Amino acid sequence: MNAVAQKEERSVRPEAAPQERPYVSPNVNIIESKDGYTLEAEMPGVAKDGLDISLEENVLTITGRRQPDPSVNLLYRESNPVDYRRVFELDPSIESARISAQIEQGILTLTLPKAEKVKPRRIEVN
Amino acid sequence: MTLTRWQRPESSFSPFRRVASLRDEVDSLFNLAFGRLTGTNGGENGRGSQLLEGWFPAVDVYEDKDNLLVKAELPGLKKEDIEISLHEGFLTLSGERKQEQAREGAEVYRSERWAGRFHRTISLPCRVEADKIQATYNEGVLAVTLPKAEEAKPKQIQITVK
Repeated sequence: MNAVAQKEERSVRPEAAPQERPYVSPNVNIIESKDGYTLEAEMPGVAKDGLDISLEENVLTITGRRQPDPSVNLLYRESNPVDYRRVFELDPSIESARISAQIEQGILTLTLPKAEKVKPRRIEVN
Repeated sequence: MTLTRWQRPESSFSPFRRVASLRDEVDSLFNLAFGRLTGTNGGENGRGSQLLEGWFPAVDVYEDKDNLLVKAELPGLKKEDIEISLHEGFLTLSGERKQEQAREGAEVYRSERWAGRFHRTISLPCRVEADKIQATYNEGVLAVTLPKAEEAKPKQIQITVK
């Protein structure tokens, strides 16, 4: 069952309007347990104040703004100097009010708990 | 500049991004199935074909008149996991991120993050003072500052006309 599905990346099309910023999609790990989901996104170069996590209806958007490049002479670059962005569609079983986030060494960890009534539970028989 | 392996980073504007995405998705599927054999995972950022190579962190090199600065994207490590060494004008960055063991009752739904060993060797463009090298690790970025050796710094030469 597709509990967490990824929406189409809007801004990666070549025909994107010039005022749309290009973004790169961070790699994520998603683990499901009976209590909820844990999502880890790799966003090196993003500090806590560069992070924007928004939830609208059941659409979760993660945006990470990188620290600016050092203001010295660039000799050689492999990193992609664009910000990170990824959009997810959340299953309604996730209780949005209890979603929590933390970022450490460029890894954003989101904890998305499942609503109580969705968890499997035993029903006692009198 | 000598590197262990060079792979063209994919530009976001590339018209082939969609085809590359599809390739990366297929790579991801293969890596999910065979990932445990090779210890690596594919990713969506154009470095998907790492199947037998280990992870390839992006490295940038900067300079000002006194120092070289090498930055490597290494998210999710502890500083004890990273080794930095200098030998004959080559800077080597290496280390390992252990794959997390699946917890009891947890199911991996999507696995794109890299795990396993990484090893990058960078040829430095000038001589540096090895005992004055400093490194910091913040926001998942390793920054190594290498002070240039005196003879490598730019100098003005006066012209005398007799």
